[in-house]
Amino acid sequence: MNPENYIILSGVLFTIGAIGVLVRRNAIVVFMSVELMLNAANLAFVAFARINGNLDGQVVAFFVMVVAAAEVVVGLAIIVTVFRSRRSASIDEPNLLKY
Amino acid sequence: MTDVLTAPSIDYLALLPMIIVGVAAIVGVIVEAFIPRGARRGLQLTIAFAALVAAFVVLVSNAGIRVITGGLAIDGPSIFLQGLILVVSIVAAMLIAERSVDPAGDAFAPRVSSLPGSDEERELARRGFAQTEVWPLMLFAVLGMMIFTAANDLLIMFIALEIMSLPLYLMVGMARRRRLLSQEAALKYFVLGAFSSAFFIFGAALLYGYSASITLPGIAEALAANPGESGLVIAGFALVVVGLLFKIGAVPFHQWVPDVYQGAPSPITGFMAAAVKVAAFAALLRFLYVAFGGTRWDWAPALWVVAIATMLLGSIVALTQTDIKRMLAYSSIAQAGFILVGVIATNPEGVAAVMFYLAAYGFATLGAFGVISLVRERSGGEATHLSKWAGLGRRSPLLAGVLALFMLSFAGIPLTSGFIGKFTVFEAAIIGDATPLVIVGVVASIIAAFFYVRVIVLMYFTEPGEDSPVIAVPSAFTTLAISVAAAVTVALGVVPQPVLDLVERADVFLR
Repeated sequence: MNPENYIILSGVLFTIGAIGVLVRRNAIVVFMSVELMLNAANLAFVAFARINGNLDGQVVAFFVMVVAAAEVVVGLAIIVTVFRSRRSASIDEPNLLKY
Repeated sequence: MTDVLTAPSIDYLALLPMIIVGVAAIVGVIVEAFIPRGARRGLQLTIAFAALVAAFVVLVSNAGIRVITGGLAIDGPSIFLQGLILVVSIVAAMLIAERSVDPAGDAFAPRVSSLPGSDEERELARRGFAQTEVWPLMLFAVLGMMIFTAANDLLIMFIALEIMSLPLYLMVGMARRRRLLSQEAALKYFVLGAFSSAFFIFGAALLYGYSASITLPGIAEALAANPGESGLVIAGFALVVVGLLFKIGAVPFHQWVPDVYQGAPSPITGFMAAAVKVAAFAALLRFLYVAFGGTRWDWAPALWVVAIATMLLGSIVALTQTDIKRMLAYSSIAQAGFILVGVIATNPEGVAAVMFYLAAYGFATLGAFGVISLVRERSGGEATHLSKWAGLGRRSPLLAGVLALFMLSFAGIPLTSGFIGKFTVFEAAIIGDATPLVIVGVVASIIAAFFYVRVIVLMYFTEPGEDSPVIAVPSAFTTLAISVAAAVTVALGVVPQPVLDLVERADVFLR
């Protein structure tokens, strides 16, 4: 199968993730959308590694997975803390900081 | 695949400053886990200051090294900017260590996971719990910044970006007072930060697809080998630059800056404003100059638009602010625009000017946030509303005088570091054929001067209001930090030549 199709798929996944971040209101879902974007980048790296014929892209994909895992730890810690003090995981509701 | 893996040769001496900070951060985590609560603070302070100073000493003795080792380039800009990050972090660490300005203790919540306003929180505060996790987090952030500054490859740059950002997201949410604001700032910073780093890594993927290399020199070679446009390069470049401009706080990626600067504890805001800016500009410079130096005329117009929007929007919106931390946040956006003018110059003078400006801005902003942390409500929190600052110059002439000095430096008045910074940046831009940008820059600095001077007028020529704030008496930490910041601001304004010589000798990127 032509590896270029995977590039197109990764572009589609990235776009879905970006739109998810912009339109969804629940912090957890927004966060999942960010993870989708990171994994779209992984798919692009692996597909490009195949097209370019070197291994750099595959190595990058491993590192991105580790970084994504670290980001989950920090992100969930923040979201859970905000949820505990506000009883809500909405991104829009905390609005004390403005103007 | 019959290739034999050869171990890369690594110049450990050149990397020693980063290794010291990284090891100290890990030791800090171990201390948190195994040392009894009472002994932690002293130990953490010792580890943090010792590591930062030791790393700086090693860096200075390494100053002649020019080597690319693995994915890191140790060259003039990276050594100067790493040194700047370390010095700024030492000063910021003094502000973080302060615990006598707030009657309740230091600036951080005793336990970040306790509910704001809960019995648990009151009980912890009553028993005098102090949390020391901020120290290893800070060291990790410094480590990330140092690697970000030297990263010569998109993967290393991405990892450094995360090592720098993840601790900062947490530190922003740790304020002792106004914790809901602080948590909200952390949430906003995290969501937007993660969003922008996803852009960065996807852009890196596209650039890898184009050039079959993730190193910056490799991308430059691929660009030189096939001139002509390619959708992959344009999209990849744009996405990576979006990720970097976000960290800088340039318009239109500035939305997080005011919220985060206002919500974070003041010492952390000072640390972020000074050190993150240095690291992010270092990475942007290296990316633009090393990987895309040959295609300057293709990307410069886009950055012109960003720089003009950043300078004007930052200056104009700052005029309407009533909270001093928020005002300084918009001021930092405007300053980022001025520094971008130096980046767009794309010549060695531009690199030198950006490095000087970052030093001038970093110290002045740390000092300003140090002063802000001293002006307190009677209830103990910081009095950040500008109306509270009326008449401060009569009640506390020294403090108001120091803040006025920082404001004059931000505004770019001669005999302060800000003037020399703006002058060198604009000069480099004129050499680099960006004169219209300089004209916009001068107009924006005039607008910006208005709100800086407004603070001075408010402090000296306005009657104090009813609920005038209390001026806290700081310990040696904050006093020293503000004194160092003020001394550097004056010194760089009156005798800038030694530092100007230093940045001119360090303005060449290794390729």
